[in-house]
Amino acid sequence: MASRKNSLLVLVGVLLLGTMVRSVSAGEVNAAVAANFTAPMQQIAALFEKESGNTVKLSFGSSGKFTAQIKEGAPFDVFLAADVKNPKLLEEEGLAVKGTRFVYALGKLVLWSAKPGFVDDKGAVLGKGDFNKIAYADPKLAPYGLAAKETLEAMGLWDKVQGKLVTGESIAQTYQFAATGNAEMAFVALSQITKDGKITGGSWWLVPADKYNPIEQSAVQLTAAKDKAAAKAFLAYLKSDKAVAVIRSFGYELP
Amino acid sequence: MTPDDLQAIWLTLKLASVTTVLLLLIVTPLSWWLAHTRKWYRGPVAAVVALPLVLPPSVLGFYLLLLLGPHGPVGKFTEALHLGTLPFTFAGLVVGSVLFSMPFAVQPIQNAFEAMGRRPLEVAATLRAGTWDRFFSVAVPLARPGFLTAIILAFAHTVGEFGVVLMLGGNIQGETRVLSVAVYNHVEAIEYGAAHWLAGGMVLFSFVVLLGLYLAGGKSWKVTR
Repeated sequence: MASRKNSLLVLVGVLLLGTMVRSVSAGEVNAAVAANFTAPMQQIAALFEKESGNTVKLSFGSSGKFTAQIKEGAPFDVFLAADVKNPKLLEEEGLAVKGTRFVYALGKLVLWSAKPGFVDDKGAVLGKGDFNKIAYADPKLAPYGLAAKETLEAMGLWDKVQGKLVTGESIAQTYQFAATGNAEMAFVALSQITKDGKITGGSWWLVPADKYNPIEQSAVQLTAAKDKAAAKAFLAYLKSDKAVAVIRSFGYELP
Repeated sequence: MTPDDLQAIWLTLKLASVTTVLLLLIVTPLSWWLAHTRKWYRGPVAAVVALPLVLPPSVLGFYLLLLLGPHGPVGKFTEALHLGTLPFTFAGLVVGSVLFSMPFAVQPIQNAFEAMGRRPLEVAATLRAGTWDRFFSVAVPLARPGFLTAIILAFAHTVGEFGVVLMLGGNIQGETRVLSVAVYNHVEAIEYGAAHWLAGGMVLFSFVVLLGLYLAGGKSWKVTR
């Protein structure tokens, strides 16, 4: 029994030491990032880590969820949302630093199917209605979901597709529904199907910008990390030429 | 309470009821076999049945999405039968829940059958009771506490499901938006008031169920999580 107690103590000691050593290493940024920006963010973070020596820890999810979590004290330093509304909300509550908010990318909505030839380049497939399921992100939580809803409304099809809509909790899950073929098509972010400036596969319709309100993806520094140099450097790096080149290569535009 | 929330409550109860009934039908012979067989593959079968106890629901949900989807073997089969595919449907949630709650139904019934031993059945056989007669007039009544525990646990565990439903359900109102997902949605949308109603109700419900279980008899309460 005694020996078991001792080994437990040793284990706890080792764990504690481990966390202490970790917190001593300087320059760590905890970033909450909207799911649609996953792929470009991973590239940009790797570049930033290499050039600055700081480390970046990334969490991906829906903008609405992150806003709720940050309100409850989630330990993030910077927030890269998929919209303006959520970062603004945090600013008003004093949880984000005023004057640090900027648009880092303009999002583009696509209707995408994993099947080649399923979606035409006019989006006429939506009106024809010969499909079972179409996925979109929850418009209450994800800006791309709201853009999808606006698009369907603008086309006068919102009521018609009601019985066929499947809701992903974030744009990532929405993509997964279409990628596994469980939904024939999905409204996703162009960035999710783009790699190195090329679309990866399937068939798609790039939704014209006049069908939905612009998706101004905004980044902001959070009050909890007001004095963190690494967080400031990270946001500054997001505006650098190298980062902008990555962002463009995934099909985003810049304001 | 919005109509949407009420629908979520109703859907949850429906899912739990259907799952529990199906589980009883599947699990009774399975538990009987597990309790009495001496075949070498008893161990592997028992392990597979118990897998959902240790696997994260997201793992189960992910594989079910692939298996039941149009490219998966089960999905191809259901499509061949002109049933469409199961994800995003109530039937799909039932399949997921049956797998996910199975260990909670198997273990109490299997324990009851094992505790009973062979003797009562042998006695019944000497009195010329047939196989079915022995099973239904002797084994089932003796294993009653085990069955009760299994029913309550399977039902309650299905009510408490989240990960599998989130991965497989697609959050469709009246079809797959169960209570746990409705709470998650309210919290994500920062509608804490609505979340409290549902979440508080669930806490109360779960407490009452478990209290009932403990009061109904500690003897059959052998399932440990």
